[in-house]
Amino acid sequence: MTLEAAIESRLGAFHLQIRFRMRGGITALFGPSGAGKSLTLRHIAGLQRPEEGRIVLGDRTLFDTAGRIDLPPQDRNVGYVSQESVLFPHLSVATNVGFGLQGQSREKRKGRIHDMLELVEMEGYGPRRPRSLSGGERRRVAMARALAPGPAILLLDEPFAGLDFRVRRTLRRRLLAIHRGTGVPILLVTHSLADVREVCDELVLVDRGRTVAAGPAQQLMARPPDSHAAELLSEDMA
Amino acid sequence: MSLHPIVLSLQVAGVASALALVVGLPVAWLLARRGVPGRNVLTVLILLPMVLPPTVLGYYLLVIIGVEGPVGQMAEALGVGRIVFPPTAAVLAAFAASVPFLIVAARAGFEQVDPAYEEAARTLGRSELAIAALVTLPLAWRSVAAGLALTFARAVGEFGATIMVAGSVPGRTRTASIAIYEAVQMSRMDEANLMALLLTVITAGMLLALVGLGRGGSW
Repeated sequence: MTLEAAIESRLGAFHLQIRFRMRGGITALFGPSGAGKSLTLRHIAGLQRPEEGRIVLGDRTLFDTAGRIDLPPQDRNVGYVSQESVLFPHLSVATNVGFGLQGQSREKRKGRIHDMLELVEMEGYGPRRPRSLSGGERRRVAMARALAPGPAILLLDEPFAGLDFRVRRTLRRRLLAIHRGTGVPILLVTHSLADVREVCDELVLVDRGRTVAAGPAQQLMARPPDSHAAELLSEDMA
Repeated sequence: MSLHPIVLSLQVAGVASALALVVGLPVAWLLARRGVPGRNVLTVLILLPMVLPPTVLGYYLLVIIGVEGPVGQMAEALGVGRIVFPPTAAVLAAFAASVPFLIVAARAGFEQVDPAYEEAARTLGRSELAIAALVTLPLAWRSVAAGLALTFARAVGEFGATIMVAGSVPGRTRTASIAIYEAVQMSRMDEANLMALLLTVITAGMLLALVGLGRGGSW
């Protein structure tokens, strides 16, 4: 499964002009705050409309200004977890995870919810309410919920931000296990080099709305193609 | 003295509130969306019954649903019969006067729901209708309950519009507020006293229950 994105959009004075291509695996959109990383994810998920461009996922065009295609988020088959990992506060953990499983039999839905909770190591949490969960637990439930309908790609906005060191480390390992278990390609936003080093195969460097460089993560980090990329990779922005 | 006016008042207000819920919730939901054309004009139209004298509201209703009015003529043609005067008219009057309270409160509640919840639901493939019913409405529940309490209270207290379109037909359209007015006019103060007291106690009790319902159950 490949994702090709060429997006142009304006938000006040900010001008996003980003272009990249990712294959399976785990890809990081890496760059300083305000670089346009989260906005890029929102464009791909269909939550915000770019002014121009083209987004193609596998053999499906999600968005194309030239072809006048703009699929609603419901039809994109894209899993998305926002930075706040918002869980529906009035629904149990299990109901949250099963929220995108409409049109399936009760038994099938129950099985899928169980599998997803197992995948994120949250078995037994089904009847709990989101407010009783810790920050790390909420993120895992949000990932399980996004993965349940079987998306073609999973978009994660700052999945490790605001967590303490240990939780962060556990969650990174979990993410690798989730990726191995499901095979779903993951595009995540981060401004931490440690995240990139530990979980990502590919790296897209973004600064001030532009793609600075893209390629295999280890290679880019070892040999940045130019001084701008080197500067971005020189310090951990976490 | 008959207690029928009080029972009728509660029935009329109950049906009017239920109708307000059915009609008002979708309208409030639409008004809470950005980019709905004519939102400001619609808002003013909806707020008008709150500020117009009830007699003016009643007059407009009479023009619309009266025998000569478009809706009245349609009802005649369809064999529904006259809308003016039977309890239907009292319900319509109470509904028209009270539905803005529900719409205003529910809209404010819907607007306070963090859009991130609806966005998450969209990426999970759910339709806008399912999102409204399963996410937005439950999260705005308190505002809706408060709006429903106000709607019911306004409907119980309806007088001006009701007397214009429904008149005071004993047993059919003579609601408590009208019966109390008539009792006072005829110096039957004991009757007015008792009905006023009963109406106060019953509505206060119902409002208290509704407010408690809206406050309880924090997730």
